[in-house]
Amino acid sequence: MLTIPASAMAAALQAPALVTPGLDLEASFTDVLEGFGLSPAAAHLVWLPLPMLLVLVAAVVGVLVTVWLERKISAAVQQRIGPEYAGALGILQPLADGLKLLWKEDVIPARADGLLFTLGPVLVVVPVILSWLVVPFGQHLLISNVGVGIFLWISLSSIQPIGLLMAGYASNNKYSLLGGLRAAAQSISYEIPLALAVLAVVVMSNSLSTVDIVNQQTGAGILSWNIWRQPVGFVIFWICALAECERLPFDLPEAEEELVAGYQTEYAGMKFALFYLGSYINLVLSALLVSVLYLGGWGFPIPVEWLAGALGQSVDAPLVQVITASVGIVMTVLKAYLLVFFAILLRWTVPRVRIDQLLDLGWKFLLPIALVNLLVTAGLKLAFPAFFGG
Amino acid sequence: MTIASSTQFLCFAALSAAVAIGALGVVLLPNIVYSAFLLGGVFLSVAGLYLMLNASFVAAAQVLVYVGAVNVLILFAIMLVNKKETMAAIPGLALRRVLSGAVCAGLFGLLLRVAFITPWATPGPEPIGDEATIRIGEHLFSDYLLPFELASVLLLMAMIGAIVLARRDVLSADIVTGEPADQGLIEKSRTPLLLETPAPASPAVPTPVLEKR
Repeated sequence: MLTIPASAMAAALQAPALVTPGLDLEASFTDVLEGFGLSPAAAHLVWLPLPMLLVLVAAVVGVLVTVWLERKISAAVQQRIGPEYAGALGILQPLADGLKLLWKEDVIPARADGLLFTLGPVLVVVPVILSWLVVPFGQHLLISNVGVGIFLWISLSSIQPIGLLMAGYASNNKYSLLGGLRAAAQSISYEIPLALAVLAVVVMSNSLSTVDIVNQQTGAGILSWNIWRQPVGFVIFWICALAECERLPFDLPEAEEELVAGYQTEYAGMKFALFYLGSYINLVLSALLVSVLYLGGWGFPIPVEWLAGALGQSVDAPLVQVITASVGIVMTVLKAYLLVFFAILLRWTVPRVRIDQLLDLGWKFLLPIALVNLLVTAGLKLAFPAFFGG
Repeated sequence: MTIASSTQFLCFAALSAAVAIGALGVVLLPNIVYSAFLLGGVFLSVAGLYLMLNASFVAAAQVLVYVGAVNVLILFAIMLVNKKETMAAIPGLALRRVLSGAVCAGLFGLLLRVAFITPWATPGPEPIGDEATIRIGEHLFSDYLLPFELASVLLLMAMIGAIVLARRDVLSADIVTGEPADQGLIEKSRTPLLLETPAPASPAVPTPVLEKR
């Protein structure tokens, strides 16, 4: 991905210096294609599917890694060994799981509604994958820097409960229907504090775009990350993100002891795999967005500009740009996976909440706290514009 | 025709077809659950049309509010009262259908005439793209403040209504009939699992008081 021809480096050098121009692969790629005699529109058309495919592959690989981590960490928590025969340290186990599900028979129950039964899992996965559109791995390393950025993610994630309701209804099974209803109730209740927590960050960075949100956190390295200015928002966001992903303290829609497996009771084979994939992609996505919103995104704890200056290098030098971009990707993924590790540890440590506790926590605790957090953030922004983004 | 404009035309045709066919399905399908799911599809297609008009914020808000909240709540309500009951036969159903069809057709004809007669200003004003978010915020806090606040009053009324309907137990009497509110579901005492038969005890030993349970 990062192999860049010399002419492209020269093109990147000529890019106008904003904050840090960073690596602009799109500009380099289209420049090369136009060098071969293609029209700008055609070059753009050739470029378009590449980042999408790349991000799709990245999301699926991210899921494989997360599944492996989940199995290994849960084993460690319970003092077992976990998967160990498929590949070194069982690293191929998730691949084996996936292949097994691929070969399984696709069963549609006799009295189920075949169309809705098939459409349900699709509606669960598609919005989650679409949301990867706005996840930045660097200044220009994202599919599309849309202006409504983080708001797009919030609105897309609200489509998911429709898929869950559809799956629950179409299965023609009490437990499935109950699971679907629980999923919808949970998702609606936790969306509001989630959006309010995001709104506080947006107020500070004056933009909905994920790239702008990260740029506002660069400058003083780890000290300028939002987590110091939004500690309450960080906790609210993380709790709500776990609830939206239906991770264990909040996995009521599929509570094994009560509902068999909730909305996915009747599913087998690849349709079940889609649910599974969706929930893990959502987990990785939430972790990535926490790192974007609160942990400085692609920023290194010490600003890369300072390091380059200390080493006597120009930030715009091609080699430095490539290193900076690589460091950015590594930092984003590293932060996200630290959070994933934390989520897995939480899953195997804390018990499940009851449905009334879940709704109480959402409506009577998180919502007021999120409102107060928003008010305090707005007040602090007006009082200390230098620290809270004027 | 360039690549961009042909893509735009294809997207517009697909989205319009989805809106029209979906809306017809919402009205005509006998299964209410299908209607509700199709309504979600119609909302999504309308969001797609907004997106094509460069109004990305409105599109995202449309998805969040109509698909994520309104449609999910409609589905939620339908599935919560998922009671299979046969409707009582309505007298003169055929005549009613013809009448309502005529009203709809008349309205459609009227709207078609309006659409063809109005001198549309094409192309419309320049889309402002991402600036739209700021512009919408400014309007909501200046000249559209009153409608915005009135909408919140409407929501408050709906919420109070929902609480009154759902929580009959906070009122001592039913507000419609005036009878004492039925609290049977909430306050019903449990039947004990183990029915203790009072032992034929000697008069010296007091019998256990069962009412305390």
